[in-house]
Amino acid sequence: MTIRRGWAWLWMSLGFLYFFVPLLATFIFSLHGKRGVLSFIAYRHVFADPQFLATFTFSLQMALLTIVVGLTLIIPTVIYIHLRAPWAKPIVETFSLLPFVIPPIVLVFGLIRMYSGPPFNLVSSRGLLVAGYVVLSFPYIYRAVDAGLRAMDLRGLTEAAQSLGASWGTIMFRVVLPNMRVSLLSAAFLTFSIVIGELTLAVMLAWPAFGPYMALVGRDLAYEPAALAILSFLLTWGLIGLIQLASRSLAGQGSAVGGAH
Amino acid sequence: MADQPAGPGGARAARPPSSGRAWLGLLPFFLFTLAFMILPAGGLLVGSFQDGHGSFTLANLAHLFRPDILKCYLVTIQVSAVTAAAGGVFGLLLAFSVTLGGLPKAMRSGLLTFSGVASNFAGVPLAFAFIATMGRVGIVTVVLKTVFGINLYRAGFNLYSFWGLCLTYLYFQLPLMVLIITPALDGMKKEWREASQSLGASGTQYWIHIALPILAPPLLSAMILLFGNAFGAYATAYALTGGMLNLVPILIGAQIQGDVLHDPNLGYALAFGMVVVMTVCILAYTALQKRASRWLK
Repeated sequence: MTIRRGWAWLWMSLGFLYFFVPLLATFIFSLHGKRGVLSFIAYRHVFADPQFLATFTFSLQMALLTIVVGLTLIIPTVIYIHLRAPWAKPIVETFSLLPFVIPPIVLVFGLIRMYSGPPFNLVSSRGLLVAGYVVLSFPYIYRAVDAGLRAMDLRGLTEAAQSLGASWGTIMFRVVLPNMRVSLLSAAFLTFSIVIGELTLAVMLAWPAFGPYMALVGRDLAYEPAALAILSFLLTWGLIGLIQLASRSLAGQGSAVGGAH
Repeated sequence: MADQPAGPGGARAARPPSSGRAWLGLLPFFLFTLAFMILPAGGLLVGSFQDGHGSFTLANLAHLFRPDILKCYLVTIQVSAVTAAAGGVFGLLLAFSVTLGGLPKAMRSGLLTFSGVASNFAGVPLAFAFIATMGRVGIVTVVLKTVFGINLYRAGFNLYSFWGLCLTYLYFQLPLMVLIITPALDGMKKEWREASQSLGASGTQYWIHIALPILAPPLLSAMILLFGNAFGAYATAYALTGGMLNLVPILIGAQIQGDVLHDPNLGYALAFGMVVVMTVCILAYTALQKRASRWLK
């Protein structure tokens, strides 16, 4: 027993070293912006660059659009499958997992080839970027929504609501969606963290997004990229933390079947 | 609608699926996936069997076996295999430490939370972090040289080469393995070990004859997932090596931006080759998942 615990400590220490040293080193590196002293000047440069705000805002908008479009597309589909068309489940599931088989670089290649000429010239439209992002986030959104629906008695709830005279709009917005807010939140945050720093689609479709901006900074400057890496890590940490917070605080009280009023 | 016999509202849900109408509810989803995933990917597939004038040819696929392209695939597969194997083994050891290893409970939730973050921390910022750490003037490189007298780069290490890329990829591969394999280790029942002990088996015998055979399918399937994860990665490699290391995604990217090959159809064939490799991965993954679910729920 003690031997096994000794090994466990050893592996954990090695893992801690591997994970912690790059973070610490990057942070120290980012403080070297001014010769001879440690300072936060690299961070100040990052925030002072108007391009930083502009590209971040752009990616923020794309992320929000992706979340809205992705959820509007997937939620009704999955509910419809659960209630009316269980036979279609394997097909839709396969389609939603296909993005795992098609790497982003291949997806964007296909999109450019198909939409760069007549009849649909969409290459310079933001819609194509958002559509690509929706495809990238399909697996995550689908799994979250499906898990959320399976955790509640969808048929029982909708039939009860119907027998009390509720319309489908009322059922969706006051019964079904509130019951799956945890999974919706985690789907939204995951999508957000995928889109906000995404590089491949944005670079290939030539959009001034946050990912390409970071790559550009990395090519020209030394200390600002390290600052950007630290900021990105904090952002990712915050998003994942929010997911876990949401699932922990709401799972206990909110997801009970009778919870919706 | 008018020719349907009008029934009371509640009867709708009870009606058996008439496949003609039932498709309607799925139409938006299928139209979207068709327009932005299936048709674009299928177009590449068709294009890889066409020459510049649109007539059928196998030349593009034959070009995949050109030595330079083959080498490109080989390097990509090597990076994916090395990081899948190393990430798989060390990820398993970490997951083992916090599940069966008897470490404090707090370390388990700490490791899992961190793994959730680190497995999502990829792409450009990850490359930056490793450049700041182990690049030519990175903190670790400098500290090793000035304090310990070890010159990494003179010793043959180069962050912007094969092993540097592997070291960087591990930063998201390892945590992904931890996240996938921890539930499988949680499913290992105490009774199995106790039963084997009461029958006189040693600890080694338990691991070789019971634990490993049960864990083999989930382990393999997790490593396949890691393989695919690295195989399709573009952003990290792009930001780290700037296209110096010839990986298939980098080559396709250069092709899209109109640089190197001057032959779009060869580009389609490259993409087609990637999808084939990924499809094999997913098929193997699903097959192993079915085996895995026999013992571990």
